[in-house]
Amino acid sequence: MTDYNFAYLDEQTKRMIRRALLKALAIPGYQVPFASREMPMPYGWGTGGVQVTASVLTPEDRLKVIDQGADDTTNAVSIRKFFEKTAQVATTTRTTEATVIQTRHRIPETPLGEDQILVYQVPIPEPLRFLEPRETETRRMHALEEYGLMHVKLYEDIARHGAIATAYAYPVKVAGRYVMDPSPIPKFDNPKLSDCPAIQLFGAGREQRIYALPPYTDVVSLDFEDHPFEASKAPHACALCGSGDSYLDEIVTDDAGGRMFLCSDTDYCESRHERGAA
Amino acid sequence: MTPLLSVKTLRKTYGAHVGCTDVSFDLFPGEVMGIVGESGSGKTTLLNCLAGHLTPDRGQVIFDTRADGPRDVLAMSEPERRMLGRTDWAFVHQHARDGLRMNVSAGGNVGERLMAVGARHYGAIRAQAADWLGRVEIDAGRIDDRPTTFSGGMQQRLQIARNLVTQPRLVFMDEPTGGLDVSVQARLLDLLRGLVRDLGLSAIVVTHDLAVVRLLAHRLMVMKDGRVVETGLTDQVLDDPQHPYTQLLVSSVLQV
Ligand SMILES: Nc1ncnc2c1ncn2[C@@H]1O[C@H](COP(=O)(O)OP(=O)(O)OP(=O)(O)O)[C@@H](O)[C@H]1O
Ligand SMILES: [Mg+2]
Repeated sequence: MTDYNFAYLDEQTKRMIRRALLKALAIPGYQVPFASREMPMPYGWGTGGVQVTASVLTPEDRLKVIDQGADDTTNAVSIRKFFEKTAQVATTTRTTEATVIQTRHRIPETPLGEDQILVYQVPIPEPLRFLEPRETETRRMHALEEYGLMHVKLYEDIARHGAIATAYAYPVKVAGRYVMDPSPIPKFDNPKLSDCPAIQLFGAGREQRIYALPPYTDVVSLDFEDHPFEASKAPHACALCGSGDSYLDEIVTDDAGGRMFLCSDTDYCESRHERGAA
Repeated sequence: MTPLLSVKTLRKTYGAHVGCTDVSFDLFPGEVMGIVGESGSGKTTLLNCLAGHLTPDRGQVIFDTRADGPRDVLAMSEPERRMLGRTDWAFVHQHARDGLRMNVSAGGNVGERLMAVGARHYGAIRAQAADWLGRVEIDAGRIDDRPTTFSGGMQQRLQIARNLVTQPRLVFMDEPTGGLDVSVQARLLDLLRGLVRDLGLSAIVVTHDLAVVRLLAHRLMVMKDGRVVETGLTDQVLDDPQHPYTQLLVSSVLQV
């Protein structure tokens, strides 16, 4: 029976990942290669995010893990349990109480603060991959700031659908320099990326890339003058808490076409509910 | 008059093998230069050196830039050269698939260079794309179709539209009619001739088809074994060839 090192990863690996993180913070939006380790969970379960979280976690931290906004999905629960076991850190579902938040596909509705770190799980870090599969070429495009191709993708969207149909992983330009894939968050969340007081870290395990947004970084969603970016959401209020400006999931309630819209951020919804009931 | 392009003692070797050597010439604004020669004579090597796709071993390629006047392209930084490659220069490949994005619509293909230089108005980009499709005789109704659904001739015309949309001043073409049916070739040549005339383009056209240079080129360079063996006005060279190799080239075509 072996003991795990704090937060599972050995110190050597954590130091290597921290170096990548520091470099990523120094060059906002730039994808830093790192030697991704095998984790005791399959790729696609957020191994990149888990390695980043393991490298920034301290014993005093309070960890929150969300998957599509919810704390109680299988993925979120198992990652939270993983760190409870390997790091014995305190965990929480409250956004305001957490010091480190690992997320898949959402940014919490509650504004984040300077004392918080948001860690994203990233499946495909390269925003240009869709039109240019050659890694040598996309790297050169980033280096030379040749981003015309990104707009070709948006052009194709409008030509085909009449509007920019990209609803997730909507490309952004970071600090006026690097174009970045914000991971598959809904574009509704894109404005929250910008000028955020928290540190935002992105980890892609299978693709072995780390990138970051330091606090208060300017992040702009790409668009056309005549098709401006819109942080759209379903035009409803949450059926539980009544919020009119949080991102909603559509829930099918019966087989007669009944449906309901609920906050995707379960903590946000519950705290509004409690406050309303109190 | 300042030459648009001035090439001086250019040389490119592949190991011990000579690709092209001792090539010098001037190209003046509005001029079309044809480069002919048998297979392996160094035409493509020369063109790629001029367009910045290959780094020559020695020599100079001086281009009269809009901003700073004549500059040695080979001494430019890579970003500068690539910028030139998508603004003032155009490159038409022999195989359209090498010059097109096959998974992007015709409109997106034409619009890419506009977006690459900062165009951010979808309606304006689309209007320009439609205009250019018209100019290369592609039905505007095909604007959202991918080039994979186009014939070889249409693909080549689309490639030309994609290249000319930013109004380049210098166009490099490598066998632009190669691999096409004869009737399709004739139509493409007519189109190219019209565009060159209407836009006042300067161009360097590589081909082994003397009919192409007869129609398009004002001047001609004949290459053999990596060297230029004869140069002059197209009609002059074709009607009164001086070098034995050119004589052979011209007579062999006439015999067919
Ligand atoms: N990448 C390469 N490596 C080695 N030798 C090469 C390479 N490319 C071309 N060559 C050689 O350089 C010479 C010139 O080739 P080039 O392709 O420029 O000729 P070309 O005139 O364009 O011929 P073609 O009419 O067949 O296209 C040839 O002898 C060729 O074999
Ligand atoms: Mg060739």
